[in-house]
Amino acid sequence: MDYKGVWTLGEARNGELKEVSFELLSRGRKLADKLDEELVSLILGDEITEEQAEELIKRGADKVLLLNDPALKDFIVENYSNVITDLIEKYKPEIILAAATTMGRTVMPYLAIKTKTGLTADCTDLDIEEDTGNLLQTRPAIGGNILATIKTPNHRPQMATVRPHSTKAAQKDESRSGEIVHLELDKSLLDGRVKKLGFRKNEEDAINIQDADVIAAGGKGLKKGENFAMIRELAGFFDGAVGASRDAVDRDWISYPYQVGLSGKTVTPKLYFAVGISGAIQHLAGMKTSENIIAVNEDLGADIFKVADFGIVGDLFEIIPELNKQLAEEVSK
Amino acid sequence: MNIVIPIKQVPETSNVKMDEETGTMKRDGVESIINPLDLYAIETGIQIKEEYGGTITVITMGPPSADKSLKEAIAMGCDDGILLSGREFAGSDTWATSYALSEAIRAIGEFDLILAGERATDGDTGQVGPGIASWLDLTLSTYTSKVVDIKDKSVIVERMVEDGYEKLQLPLPALLTVVKEISFPRLPTLRGKQRSRKVEIPQWNLSNLKMKEDFLGLNGSPTRVVNIDHPKVTRGGTVIDVRNDASIEKAVSQLIDYLKSKELV
Repeated sequence: MDYKGVWTLGEARNGELKEVSFELLSRGRKLADKLDEELVSLILGDEITEEQAEELIKRGADKVLLLNDPALKDFIVENYSNVITDLIEKYKPEIILAAATTMGRTVMPYLAIKTKTGLTADCTDLDIEEDTGNLLQTRPAIGGNILATIKTPNHRPQMATVRPHSTKAAQKDESRSGEIVHLELDKSLLDGRVKKLGFRKNEEDAINIQDADVIAAGGKGLKKGENFAMIRELAGFFDGAVGASRDAVDRDWISYPYQVGLSGKTVTPKLYFAVGISGAIQHLAGMKTSENIIAVNEDLGADIFKVADFGIVGDLFEIIPELNKQLAEEVSK
Repeated sequence: MNIVIPIKQVPETSNVKMDEETGTMKRDGVESIINPLDLYAIETGIQIKEEYGGTITVITMGPPSADKSLKEAIAMGCDDGILLSGREFAGSDTWATSYALSEAIRAIGEFDLILAGERATDGDTGQVGPGIASWLDLTLSTYTSKVVDIKDKSVIVERMVEDGYEKLQLPLPALLTVVKEISFPRLPTLRGKQRSRKVEIPQWNLSNLKMKEDFLGLNGSPTRVVNIDHPKVTRGGTVIDVRNDASIEKAVSQLIDYLKSKELV
């Protein structure tokens, strides 16, 4: 097979490269080095700058395929899939990594069908198999209770989406240099059926919880919606985001974009506070790859303590105000 | 409006406990249920049918016993069910599954809308819905949180993305994968249950449905599972019990020390 090179699909939003683009480069660099092949970052948009393309190189790419066109301003899956499928046919990459974001998890399955190849969702580990050079893709399944390793032995490219925050972003190395290839959009690839009519931003403190380094989440133990105030205060000390269990969302204490878990969002922050959350298997599936987990719950037998790095068993209405008080003291030091 | 809803039967895991020794799920006596996220698709379909008329066909690929889930969907208010079942489908990955489902949907005939749950709670890939859209060359909205309107042979939806909601207009036929926010699933009614008992569920496979055999099952699947690990769930962290004494201040200060040691404060 004459497929060569590792590709990462970069993402930009509101004129900024998303952090996850750099995480993919850190994954991709490791794979490209093992294969002794080129690492290419593909990025589509309408206003990606030369500096941003340079940044992708400084963070690990050998080459950047840059395609700017007003028609690609919005992510429309049919257009993006056509364009990427066309590039795959032209360049024949061996591996393509995208982020397991709403974009990656939409465009990758769509184009995996068109290119007749395999795709593994939401990977938390990637490696190269010694003897065959195949990509080994490891992902949690069944609510995170198993880790399955999957490969695509006979089809190319091998494709995976990668869980955001599951690795560190590649750092800038000012000495790196590479090639920036400016691509022209072949207008015949535009699908033209779907129209974007508008966009409504989340409420102020619903900052994208999947991007947050710190999340303070509340559950049924909070007893009423107003008590999320102390969770917000706790998150505030870390410039973090607020999260919630399904129980809290189902009781209308907080809206759905905050929900962490199988029927909500999967998050991997550096620090996760689970307050008044018992740790149902569905909730754990959404947060248990967090780096540090702190649990506060009055029930010693709650499953959340099993995954916690630090837990306090007791009345959260006493513990959280005390925690907020001591954090305030730390801040003022 | 003719609506097709692909669903999946999954193990009921909401009350499942973990075996701490092995890190595996205790599966004894675990019941099979409709994938909980598919219920939102079913409810959305029924609401659309109530407003615009039409029929709803639910379809699943699975063992013969998966007809139980189809019957349940019919008891909620869907009209017909189709079961894709046969040895030729065994070992299908998301590529092969979406192929088989798309061929079956093609065979159902004219449809306007396909509604699917965002993902299944067991495989957790979220790839089959978009895959079906791709096979059938339908317009696609994933993470759909609201059907705003259906008019002029198109559907207007909101879809939930990381920082907000996008509003899209998709010409029909379209495929929507839906998230929980879109609806609150109803329970089956007694009358629905009675009706579902009478509905014949046809079983489709290679013997009565034209499909490319080399696209089916394990043979048709580009991916292979090469290893399954059971990760340790328990972290063995510090747990301080302050229920019966007044040491809250001290426990919290230990927590702050922990956060400092991890350079999080």
